[in-house]
Amino acid sequence: MTYLKRSPWIVHYDASSCNGCDIEVLACLTPMYDVERFGIVNTGNPKHADIFVVTGSINEQNKAVVRNIYDQIPEPKVVVAVGICATSGGVFRECYNVSGGIDIIIPVDVYVLGCAARPESIIDGIVKSLVILEEKRSNMNSPDTLREPSKGGK
Amino acid sequence: MSRKIVVPFGPQHPVLPEPIHLDLVLEDETVVDVIPSIGYVHRGLETLVAKREYTEYVYIAERTCGICSFIHGMTYCQGIEQIMDLEVPQRALYLRTIWSEYSRLHSHLLWLGLFADAMGFENLFMNAWRLREFVLDVLEETTGGRVIQGSCKVGGVRRDISNERLAIMAAELTQFEADLSDLSDVFLHDDSIQSRLVNVGTLSRTDAYDLGAVGPVARGSGVAIDLRKTGYAAYGDLRFEPITETSGDSYGRCAVRVRELFSSIDLIRQAIEKIPEGDIEVKVKGNPDGEYFSRSEQPRGELVHYLKGNGTKHLVRSRIRTPTLTNIPPLVKMLRGCELADVPVIVLSIDPCIGCAER
Repeated sequence: MTYLKRSPWIVHYDASSCNGCDIEVLACLTPMYDVERFGIVNTGNPKHADIFVVTGSINEQNKAVVRNIYDQIPEPKVVVAVGICATSGGVFRECYNVSGGIDIIIPVDVYVLGCAARPESIIDGIVKSLVILEEKRSNMNSPDTLREPSKGGK
Repeated sequence: MSRKIVVPFGPQHPVLPEPIHLDLVLEDETVVDVIPSIGYVHRGLETLVAKREYTEYVYIAERTCGICSFIHGMTYCQGIEQIMDLEVPQRALYLRTIWSEYSRLHSHLLWLGLFADAMGFENLFMNAWRLREFVLDVLEETTGGRVIQGSCKVGGVRRDISNERLAIMAAELTQFEADLSDLSDVFLHDDSIQSRLVNVGTLSRTDAYDLGAVGPVARGSGVAIDLRKTGYAAYGDLRFEPITETSGDSYGRCAVRVRELFSSIDLIRQAIEKIPEGDIEVKVKGNPDGEYFSRSEQPRGELVHYLKGNGTKHLVRSRIRTPTLTNIPPLVKMLRGCELADVPVIVLSIDPCIGCAER
């Protein structure tokens, strides 16, 4: 992919992260890394978003919240799990209140590793997800595919 | 007669980088009551002491919070060192002090940015975070990590900073301080900022004391508590005074943090000047047997790690009390009677760190 056709917006939710990845996601928006040059804007409203960026792992309390935000994002959408906690639970996977990574609730398209994930790798992950977003969009528009909403995880 | 309605605020909200849920009971536009509920970020990391050795638990303690990670790790290590009667080398204590103050700089700049964003001052948010990158660069260069440093260990620190590097750090602070003055002028003297902050979310000195406020929330209301005055790490050798404001409103809390930035720079300079030569760690033998309340001053206030060992390599209990949790009752007090439009600013003014508070 050499250029972006659209300006994808992200919505960020902190599932049960320690903040390390959250502040690195925010650092991506600020002058040093500046993802706005790609047209990427952090929005607070899931209905305006294309990319769902989740940090931290899933627990009983936030299960419904993550699911709810995901359901509110219009199709096509991609999910980026930022940090090792969002991927598998990380150092906290043995804690009693950690059920596991984000993919036990919603399908994840890109995993960004690191504890905390570095802004460079977060940007890399978002850019990778843009390719997947474009693919999903073209699949949606082709006449021979049914417009089925994305299926949830387990 | 107006009717009471309940407006949910959070857990996912544009001004909140982290999830906390508040039920705001409104009469017209005025908040008459607030019911906070937490639990979205609870992990239960205190129980991991049963699964990790006490030397490994430093990593877990650091990951209590990604913003004040170094201070969490340091407070845990201080507790274990007290239980085991370890004499930590002076140079290690000074290095811990230097890294703690850099953490405070990065945390306060982060907060100033988010606070500006909550007020709708996007430009200022960007400028605060641009300056913060300088602090993160120093942390990364000296410890290897941007937000999770991993440089503190039981018995000392993992890395030394060479004297040449320390001299460069001290020299770089001059330019940083000048940049910071430009930024702080806007926070302290700009009309539009004052109109959003002055007399918004006022907390009286008595209320701050009675409700157990800590850190800049207490100091903004005129209660001069600063745990650094107890002289842990190398703070006993350094000259500084707790910074207080008397207004008790959001502007007071903002001013405390802005002035603390300069105080931190001064502390780093003093520490670099006085740092002695020597080892950076002491050999650790045996297992902790006993209990200790380890206290320190986080950017948000007093942090307590309670640690109890029974002579095995696993601790029996770790209990962490973080400043945000104790600042929630004062927050509820501030929110009662405020306008709905001021809620984001007041919530941000206590510098909530939910990752810490729920652990």
